[in-house]
Amino acid sequence: MEQTPMSEKPLPTVVTEPVNITVDGEEITVQNGELLIEACHRNGTYIPRFCYHPRMNPVGMCRMCLVEIDTGRGPALQPSCMIEVTPGMVVDTKSDLVSKVQDGVIEYLLANHPLDCPVCDKGGECPLQDQAYSHGPGESRWVEEKRHYAKPIPISETVYLDRERCILCDRCTRFAKEVAGDPLIHFIDRGANTQVNTFPDEPFASYFSGNTVQICPVGALTAKPYRFKARPWDLQTVESTCTGCSVGCRIEIDSSRNHVLRYNGVDSDPVNWSWLCDKGRFGFESLEAADRLREPLVRSGETLEPASWAAALATAAEAINAASPGSIGVIGGSRLTNESAYAWAKLAKGVIGTDNVDAQLGDGLPADVVFGLPQATIDEVCKPGGTILYLGPDPKEELPVLYLRLKHAVDEDGARIIELAPAGTGLTRHSAVSLNYRPGELGQLVDSLVSGSNSTGENAALSTAAKLIAAAGDSLTVVIGRANLAENAQSVVAAATAIRDAVPGVKFLVALRRGNVRGALEAGLAPGYLPGRVSLTGGQDDQVAAFKSLWGNVPAKQGLDTKGILWAAAEGKLDVLILLGADPLSDFPDRSLARRGVAGARTVIAIDRFPTASVVQADVVLPAAGHSEEQGTTTNLEGRVTVLNQKVTPPGTARPDWMIAAELAWKLGGDLGVDTESSELWAELVASTETFAGAGVDALADTANADGIVITAEPRPLATVEAPHVSPTSAYSLRLVVNRKLYDAGASISRCDSSSALAPAQALRLSPADASPLGLKDLDRVSVTSPNGSLSARVALDSSVPKGTAVLVHNLAEADPGALVASDDAVCEIRVEVG
Amino acid sequence: MIGATTPAPTLIDGVPAVVSSRFGVEGGHTIDGYRSTGSYKGYEAIRKALDMGPSAVAATVKDATVLGRGGAGFPAGIKWGFTPAGVWPRYIVVNGDESEPGTYKDRVLMERDPHQIIEGCLIAAYAIGAAQVFLYVRGEMAHAQERIAAALNEAYAAGLVGRNILGTNFSVDIVLHWGAGAYIVGEETALIESLEGNRGMPRLKPPFFPAAKGLYLKPTVVNNIETLSNLPWLFNNSVDAYRAIGTDASPGTRLVAVSGHVNNPGVFEIPQGTTTFRELFESPIYGNGIRTGHQLKMFIPGGGSAPWFFPEHVDLPLEGRVIGGEGSMLGSGAIVVMDETTDAVRAALRLARFFARESCGKCTPCREGTTWQEKILQRILDGHGRPSDIDLLLDVGDNISPGPYPVASDAAKGLDAIPYPPKQTTICPLGPSSVAPITSAIRRFRDEFDAKIVKRNLIPVSVESFEDAPTLAESTDHGADTHV
Ligand SMILES: Cc1cc2nc3c(=O)[nH]c(=O)nc-3n(C[C@H](O)[C@H](O)[C@H](O)COP(=O)(O)O)c2cc1C
Ligand code: SF4
Ligand code: SF4
Ligand code: SF4
Ligand code: FES
Repeated sequence: MEQTPMSEKPLPTVVTEPVNITVDGEEITVQNGELLIEACHRNGTYIPRFCYHPRMNPVGMCRMCLVEIDTGRGPALQPSCMIEVTPGMVVDTKSDLVSKVQDGVIEYLLANHPLDCPVCDKGGECPLQDQAYSHGPGESRWVEEKRHYAKPIPISETVYLDRERCILCDRCTRFAKEVAGDPLIHFIDRGANTQVNTFPDEPFASYFSGNTVQICPVGALTAKPYRFKARPWDLQTVESTCTGCSVGCRIEIDSSRNHVLRYNGVDSDPVNWSWLCDKGRFGFESLEAADRLREPLVRSGETLEPASWAAALATAAEAINAASPGSIGVIGGSRLTNESAYAWAKLAKGVIGTDNVDAQLGDGLPADVVFGLPQATIDEVCKPGGTILYLGPDPKEELPVLYLRLKHAVDEDGARIIELAPAGTGLTRHSAVSLNYRPGELGQLVDSLVSGSNSTGENAALSTAAKLIAAAGDSLTVVIGRANLAENAQSVVAAATAIRDAVPGVKFLVALRRGNVRGALEAGLAPGYLPGRVSLTGGQDDQVAAFKSLWGNVPAKQGLDTKGILWAAAEGKLDVLILLGADPLSDFPDRSLARRGVAGARTVIAIDRFPTASVVQADVVLPAAGHSEEQGTTTNLEGRVTVLNQKVTPPGTARPDWMIAAELAWKLGGDLGVDTESSELWAELVASTETFAGAGVDALADTANADGIVITAEPRPLATVEAPHVSPTSAYSLRLVVNRKLYDAGASISRCDSSSALAPAQALRLSPADASPLGLKDLDRVSVTSPNGSLSARVALDSSVPKGTAVLVHNLAEADPGALVASDDAVCEIRVEVG
Repeated sequence: MIGATTPAPTLIDGVPAVVSSRFGVEGGHTIDGYRSTGSYKGYEAIRKALDMGPSAVAATVKDATVLGRGGAGFPAGIKWGFTPAGVWPRYIVVNGDESEPGTYKDRVLMERDPHQIIEGCLIAAYAIGAAQVFLYVRGEMAHAQERIAAALNEAYAAGLVGRNILGTNFSVDIVLHWGAGAYIVGEETALIESLEGNRGMPRLKPPFFPAAKGLYLKPTVVNNIETLSNLPWLFNNSVDAYRAIGTDASPGTRLVAVSGHVNNPGVFEIPQGTTTFRELFESPIYGNGIRTGHQLKMFIPGGGSAPWFFPEHVDLPLEGRVIGGEGSMLGSGAIVVMDETTDAVRAALRLARFFARESCGKCTPCREGTTWQEKILQRILDGHGRPSDIDLLLDVGDNISPGPYPVASDAAKGLDAIPYPPKQTTICPLGPSSVAPITSAIRRFRDEFDAKIVKRNLIPVSVESFEDAPTLAESTDHGADTHV
């Protein structure tokens, strides 16, 4: 009997040299050197296994996969998960001896096993259960008392361990050590008392802990959000994509009785290899948050009152109708599906006629840059032996599964990372060279790296990095993004163009963070662009005209980005601000501008799932469907389009964003040309752009494209940008870095029961060299002042922060660094004082 | 004055004292003692070796056929030759974890003659081109650790270990490391894991043959303490002199640790392959007879992992191949003598318990099977055994070590020996080792087991009442709504 969870299909074939081996009397052709267990699986012979996992190094521990192998010296019992095939190998997977020892292994595993299948989460999808049926002796001769442990014990906030059920396969522990790099669980004790456990007082606090629950071959590891919620045979499953961040990991959604109960990772070879981060895995919890918006709300004085859709839409339409298009702005859209993003682009630019539309919140990179750089896929970045120049956000915090891929590339595939960062990150310990720069000075660092001007080697790390880059030539890949929200984007853009100019053939992975930010930009939710990267002002008159005829209208000139929209609003020049799943009060790096902007707009219309800080200030609130509640597609940071499937219905009367756009258009006298299905919008987008042309509904439905379709587009012209001029440090003696953590006060994550408590405490991280003159030690309270504001925070000494730099985390519950940042400034200088 | 109490023997009963010549010498463990007492002058061999050049040194060890003394008896010279050419760095790891039940000869070497080990390490390191030697000593052996640490300090101070040894460009560091008390880290790959700072669990061979992928995945030679202790004498004398001792297949001497029911238990250096167990038990210079007034019942010829031998085997010589053909092994040179007062079931339980406790837990058959064996034996001993338990015991063992398990011949029952070594479903030989005492005891002393399996009066059950009961198929046939 074959037991292959979606996440554990055989690895894709790596072609080496075809050789013939004999398996159970039949000759098969396999690739020399591949693992026997894989070769057999791919050719239809499933060898039972517990410890082997295709995405981890084999350990040969459980002994379930023993087969008889004859390489010329007579048959010998060998674990097929450890043996590489060699030409002429003769394998017997079903001999009497093999069956006998497999029976033996099952009997041993069950000897101390509690067999509490009726109350075990794994029952019904349990490799131990299944293989006990297919390969076990059927009866146990064990009559002794079984082993007992206290159970279950929490090993982290989310994961529980039942040591009685554990079969000691080393999957979780191996995952923690090898894949996640968080070796916080291990075996303790010996013999039959061997058990998995954490170190005393150190929980299994890994961003990836949920994967251990997925790969545990028994019910020993369970996750709080799913424990006792369902029986596997009651679950209905569809494949989809996580939109927790822009990596776009493939998932399976399990639901029962119209509730999403679990996400599992699917082994998508170009993307997530079956892994998920815990933020993504448990993100579904927010779908049923108590304060989820279930019905439209309309402001009545100080309060938001429930309203009918008709009334709410009428109020919104009235405000829009009363305003001139140029005084209407739309912020957000990167939470949306591709279809919804297109619908909103069409509504805003075609029906309403405003180009003040921006999917990003001043924390990303301009669409010109995203469209202007030659793009690399994750696989290209992580290629064996590759050289990766990384100047983006901390991937462990912002793009977790990309971090796993990068780590694997370094640990197993000989890739080398050159990291440029203002302070140490999760990637630092995996980097061949990690160079810190002072905020604002990235440009100089990049210049000296790519121009070869540092060949004198007065800085050893710098010259090593320069040599690695020179040696990589055009195989260099660059991951680029915003490592610091307290610097504007210019220094990153300048670095990108400098590298592009200096290294012909270089490719970039643009590390924007939000789920479908790439899709939103490509679908037209960016100032100056129509879908398919058609520039309003870039001389693409034919394409602009085509959209004009398709849409009936297009804006005449380029509009404002989010910063511009907020400025206009703050100055009283914005009549209507539409927040499309956006919360500028939490997310825009300059908190003061965000506050003035949201307050200054005459009417604020919010389309959202939760009553965020910004939403509660709105005049009209329209509840939107969330992940798993609507059908559509999404585009990850590589430009990979994958299918999002609906599994449950949205709460209350909440509806998909595209539907809201269509109805609002209707009220405004327009027509988005969509009747019942979002796929109509997708078909229109695919038909009207070159970018998405290859990713039509049929192509996406083709099983050959199960991993999605990477859109390809020629890079648009992108002028070289000068690095910003940063004046020398003033009396404000430190430069601020604002970065993100995986767990923060974000709208979704803070509404996930199992994750909300995991957000770290805010701290101003300082180099000990800066702290000691002030006599500061850990947890001391300081006041932090910039030209724009001040705040009070506790201090944490951190030697990974260079002297002259200080770090605060964006969007935690306390000490909001947005108070210090002004969005126009190239850097944010701060003064730290005791008290 | 060093050596004043007992003169260091160069011959013991006519046999050259190759490794044990300083055992009885007061101060023999110091550097001065090493240089001035014993059957050869300390730290002269390394001088000679350095003059010969590495390949000649390796060739000498190969020609002499220095067999490994850690258990498997593999020739050291051939093992050294397995290190792949041109891969650096490479390491020597010295196995001083000695924990096999009954074995205590390496401890004596470490406590009484640590410089001999150090010089052996230098020669081996020079031959294979290692710049680092790790000396891994069992966790519980505090005295041995102290002696080796002190000797290393002396040797470093004398310029014999470290940089530019004896003024040559040969440099090597020797690092002392001690375990946390686990039998399994005596297994070479588990020892390597432990050295790397990991939990001591064996690696799989293939692919982790230490000679190719050992410590830090670099070529590594793991040798036993006694194996390397032979080298100084060898280089002070000659291949011919070494080969003149013992037999052609097993030249030289070997230390045996005799314990149990003999009048004079101890560690003895004997020529390999020629001495018989009888001599070892009876000779006044060795065991000096079975406990007075008692008769030999059985003995373990090579450590707790070895199948047992019986009185009819005492005339076998201590020679690896002979013993292997007779269904056991010489292993670690530990000989445990048991007279007729020994309860075979209890003895088997003791050993089974040891292996159950020491199983590292890595692979299923050993982790679960060894404990199961212990539990069954315990219940038999406690009078709760069932008639089926003997077959069960044998089958539990069969799933750890499939096929007929090696056992000694039993002439009285007309049973032939099943030769060593056993097959295994496990990663390392610890699991199969646990089967040895059980199979040995059951085959020879089945009557003792039967006697303990009390025949209790079970409540009589009428067979018909079962036969009358509906079968499962019948009972489910009654209709969809009558679930049984
Ligand atoms: C369970 C187990 C325990 C072992 N314990 C020891 C030991 O304590 N000392 C030792 O030298 N070898 C021990 N060995 C053998 C080693 O794995 C290895 O073969 C030996 O150290 C090689 O040295 P040699 O070739 O010089 O004999 C053990 C093997 C096994 C399987
Ligand atoms: S908890 Fe699960 S994954 Fe971890 S060792 Fe036990 S059985 Fe394997
Ligand atoms: S890495 Fe991103 S896409 Fe993947 S599971 Fe985590 S949040 Fe989701
Ligand atoms: S046989 Fe026993 S000691 Fe050896 S690896 Fe397996 S569990 Fe560990
Ligand atoms: S799957 Fe091969 S030993 Fe566990």
